[in-house]
Amino acid sequence: MMSWLPENVSTYGGDIDSIIRLIYYITSAWFFLTLGVFLLFLILYRRREGRRATYIRGDRLAEAAWILIPALIVLVLDLWIDFRGADAWAKVKGRVPPGDLRVQVTAKQFNWEILYPGPDGKFGTADDLQLENEMHVPVNKVVRVTLKSKDVIHSFFLPNLRLKQDAVPGREIEGWFQATKPGRYEMPCAELCGFGHSGMNGWLHVHPADEYQKWVKEHWPTS
Amino acid sequence: MSDPVAVLAIPEASLHHEELGFWRTYLFSTEHKTIGKQYLSLGLFMTIVGGFLAYVMRWQLAYPDTEVPGWGFVGPEFYNVLVTMHGTIMVFFVAMPILLGAFGNFLIPLMIGARDMAFPRLNMLSFWTLFVGTLVLLASFFVPGGAASAGWTGYPPLSAKAIYTGVNWGLNLWILAHAIEFASFLMGGVNFLTTAITMRAPGMTFFRLPLVVWQLLTAATLFLLSVGPLIAGAVMLLMDRIAGTSFFLPEGGGEPLLWQHLFWFFGHPEVYVILLPAVGFVCEVLPVFCRKPLFGYRWIIYSTITAGILSFVVWAHHMFLSGMDPRLAMPFSITTILISVPFAILVFAMIATLWGGSIRFTTPMLFALGFVSMFIVGGLTGIFNGSAPADIYITDTYFVVGHFHYTLFSAVVFGGFAGIYFWFPKMFGRMMNETLGKVHFWLTLIFFNATFFPMHILGLGGMMRRIANPMQYQFLQPLQPINVFITFSAILLLVAQIPFAVNFVWGLVAGTPAERNPWEANTLEWAAPSPPPHLNWGEAIPTVHRGPYEYSSPEGPEDWLPQDRLVVARSS
Ligand SMILES: [Cu+2]
Ligand SMILES: [Cu+2]
Repeated sequence: MMSWLPENVSTYGGDIDSIIRLIYYITSAWFFLTLGVFLLFLILYRRREGRRATYIRGDRLAEAAWILIPALIVLVLDLWIDFRGADAWAKVKGRVPPGDLRVQVTAKQFNWEILYPGPDGKFGTADDLQLENEMHVPVNKVVRVTLKSKDVIHSFFLPNLRLKQDAVPGREIEGWFQATKPGRYEMPCAELCGFGHSGMNGWLHVHPADEYQKWVKEHWPTS
Repeated sequence: MSDPVAVLAIPEASLHHEELGFWRTYLFSTEHKTIGKQYLSLGLFMTIVGGFLAYVMRWQLAYPDTEVPGWGFVGPEFYNVLVTMHGTIMVFFVAMPILLGAFGNFLIPLMIGARDMAFPRLNMLSFWTLFVGTLVLLASFFVPGGAASAGWTGYPPLSAKAIYTGVNWGLNLWILAHAIEFASFLMGGVNFLTTAITMRAPGMTFFRLPLVVWQLLTAATLFLLSVGPLIAGAVMLLMDRIAGTSFFLPEGGGEPLLWQHLFWFFGHPEVYVILLPAVGFVCEVLPVFCRKPLFGYRWIIYSTITAGILSFVVWAHHMFLSGMDPRLAMPFSITTILISVPFAILVFAMIATLWGGSIRFTTPMLFALGFVSMFIVGGLTGIFNGSAPADIYITDTYFVVGHFHYTLFSAVVFGGFAGIYFWFPKMFGRMMNETLGKVHFWLTLIFFNATFFPMHILGLGGMMRRIANPMQYQFLQPLQPINVFITFSAILLLVAQIPFAVNFVWGLVAGTPAERNPWEANTLEWAAPSPPPHLNWGEAIPTVHRGPYEYSSPEGPEDWLPQDRLVVARSS
């Protein structure tokens, strides 16, 4: 099952995958255990001529323990999953690192506008560079993304980097990622945003350091 | 424990049978059993509509932008209509009318030993209100611009301005249809609660109520308490659309996330409004066909109530990535995980009921067992969604679609059919065919899993919900064979309902006449004739002497002991 996950190319993707994997193992074990007991009972206690069912009501605590204790184990496993996951959540969504590179992503029906601050490092100045559906970043650098929307809610999704975040009009939402492998990765929208939602897509280009410098030289306006 | 229970006196006059005309008997009836059947007919009809939408949707996903056989070209605009209307119809106009409306109305008075609902005219009004709501919803397909296309969750700003979707009146009618539906179920819920609290037969204490009554009451209560905020939200959304207000529009100072809070504050309890009645049917069916008391009756009641209370503090698990403060994720993740405990108790109690039983694999029992096994899968996959970090990847993918079909759709399909096959003899006075029923069950079980299990794989592969054409994405193209497989499984799942349709119609007109108590069950509805007459009980209301699940009790030689049977040498 877990092999269906797309290749992970971000620093925190592994943390998310390991939580998914942990839940997968725990739930699979429970599935086979409960379904096994369930089927076993169905076979063992099928109707047989001359055998009367056992009269047990299961209201007394001593009897109910048969269902309460397994439920308690469920609780413990659940809490374990939750606390194991707390770090991964904090890492991805909690305090956003300052970042080596800042990019603004503005969603609109039905494109991603990618804005670079340009050589002066400030947004909203004449040397900004704007691209449509195309983001270029260097490998192994922390990229800080500011998400905005011009119209409706969209969701910025980078499957290979295990990053997803809604873009909400009226808000600026901060996010980040650090890609670990050069390549081209798809950047679809994951929230229904109108008739062009299907096909709202972009590409993240992760470049090796020197290639990225070349791209900057060729495309960024010179100051 | 004291037994006396307040019984509302039925006016003497109403006991005398008055001749009602055709209209009052079949259409504008105030009789709870007729109204229950009306809800059932409406729900089954809307299932056909919602199922057809699912078929068109699935064909588009398997063979994007080709002619759908029996429909035609779909395209992205209409695909969004399909997504929206399929969800809305199945949740509000199929699941609620069948599970809550049909069975709540039919069962509550019979199971508590009452002659009718507390407010029969209000009951009639609630059905016809729903009928009007259904017409409004169906009419929205035919207005210029077409039906709503902002998703069944209707997130603004997409839903708040016509320019964003190109749908104007279709979406206004969609909101209106919801408002009417809510009004209908509010009236219905008040009736359920009043009836069950005030009109129980002598001896029917709260802890002798069949569990399905508890679960229907909990569902009705959850609906009453949660729907208020959403009604306020719906009014605000409609105002944003037609009066130029900006409750949800940031350019006018509004807040898009407010809707999500209001919607999911209702939305999560709503899941249990649908789920709990189905759990209730299973609780009734299991002991009858295990010939054994349901394990842990009181624990099930406590678990049901606990789950109901917790359902009010989990809503933000639908919003982990919505832009709300990320520090809220952990608290809501924990409440979400806590709610798995009462449901684990419910499932374990169902499994423990099988232990030491004498299990009869009748059609209703097969569907009940199907529900238990599918609910285990749905509960376990929910843990992926409930964990905030896993949800970063999982949310808005087909994993979620797979998960909620395993919980909600299995409640409707397996819970609903368990209920229909079980109570059909009581409702219509005839038996359904067992062989056809079993064929229906096995085909449904196989194609249900073949349809919804692979959706988890699509979700892990990253396939987003609500996209009309997966082939537009390179990373999804290798997954396309799975989409084709799901489509054909879904078509076969729909085809698998034909044996049911045949069985139902055949049963209505030509089924073997049913005895009073064909399953040898204990609860009060089986003490009335099949079908029960007007006012249910003839001259005397039954008196209740014990709990609902005294099967194979040492008190008697038979393996069943009806709630109303008086045993002379009875210990305490
Ligand atoms: Cu979108
Ligand atoms: Cu929920």
